[in-house]
Amino acid sequence: MITAERKPLEEVKDLIGEARNVLVMGCGTCVTVCFAGGSREAAELVVSLRMATRLAGAPREITETTVQRQCEWEYLDEARADVEQADVIVSLACGIGVQAIAERFPDARVVPGVNTTFLGMPTEHGIWEERCAACGECILGITAGICPIARCAKSLLNGPCGGSEAGHCEVSPDTPCAWQLIHDRLQRLGVLDVLMQPQPPKNWKSSRDGGPRRIVRDDLRLAGEQE
Amino acid sequence: MTGTPLNIVAFCCEHCAYAAADLAGGLRMQYPPDVRIVQLPCTGRLDVLTVLQAFDEGVDGVMAAGCLPGNCHFLEGNLNARRRVTRIQGLLGEIGLEPGRVEMFNMSAAMAAEFVTAVTEMTERINEMGPSPLRVGGAGRGGD
Repeated sequence: MITAERKPLEEVKDLIGEARNVLVMGCGTCVTVCFAGGSREAAELVVSLRMATRLAGAPREITETTVQRQCEWEYLDEARADVEQADVIVSLACGIGVQAIAERFPDARVVPGVNTTFLGMPTEHGIWEERCAACGECILGITAGICPIARCAKSLLNGPCGGSEAGHCEVSPDTPCAWQLIHDRLQRLGVLDVLMQPQPPKNWKSSRDGGPRRIVRDDLRLAGEQE
Repeated sequence: MTGTPLNIVAFCCEHCAYAAADLAGGLRMQYPPDVRIVQLPCTGRLDVLTVLQAFDEGVDGVMAAGCLPGNCHFLEGNLNARRRVTRIQGLLGEIGLEPGRVEMFNMSAAMAAEFVTAVTEMTERINEMGPSPLRVGGAGRGGD
């Protein structure tokens, strides 16, 4: 999932500025399951903002709505009436949702209510960890299903480095060394010899280094939408 | 108590604090009348949004009263509630209300005197802070 964390209320208040009608828009997908921007978090933000603005002597009209996915036009369109009545929209979706609103509603002012953090998973209640860097060329098949791009601080392809100590990364004692994990798991699977084959430098063109990425699937496109 | 009548909501676990309040009543123990008790199956049911909504409605304080650590009927509900209360205190601070307007207490069903002490302590604390600035219609007991 895409994980996110709520922004401090003070920052959200600054982003809202003098707007009178505020719409808080939650997203029912990734940010719901990481408890950052679903309908409950939207309700919490509405109540918090309402109290804070009343205390500041500048009460606002603050409403909320939550769509299933802010990153798809069909779901965003369901909120069109609410969006058009708002002076500002506080999106609790990831950065994709914020941009989708800006793209779909050219006249709307939209601000983020969360910080999009990483692609990861919950490892226990209340803890999420990064697992994928979306580099565009997956190498999990040769690293025992453990990603060194996302989980090694240096994204090494032939680790570990000298900063690996007792299974932990020198960056933080809470961070396991990805290459230690890879080594141990390859050993467990009896295929440790995989490491005898050094990996060549990675072509980062498929990652962010190649600029904004795009996927085109001609088989899924509709004839009426062909460029 | 002296001062403006307050509106404090006490979320009480039915296995301990709610029974302690009942016992305090049975023993004719006196405690400030500013507290409204809401019975919960466990303080683990305490909901952040509900507490925030209570403050938005103008309550002056919220107390959560659960079982003694280690004695939760559902094992860890009271410990989870304490973490939630800590989070609510942080949120109140961000909002501009005193974090001390919400507090967690622990007691057993037999601790009627401790229930009275907790209610008295909370009422005195809120009295010092004064009524919530978010009260609808100014001073007075909301809901009466």
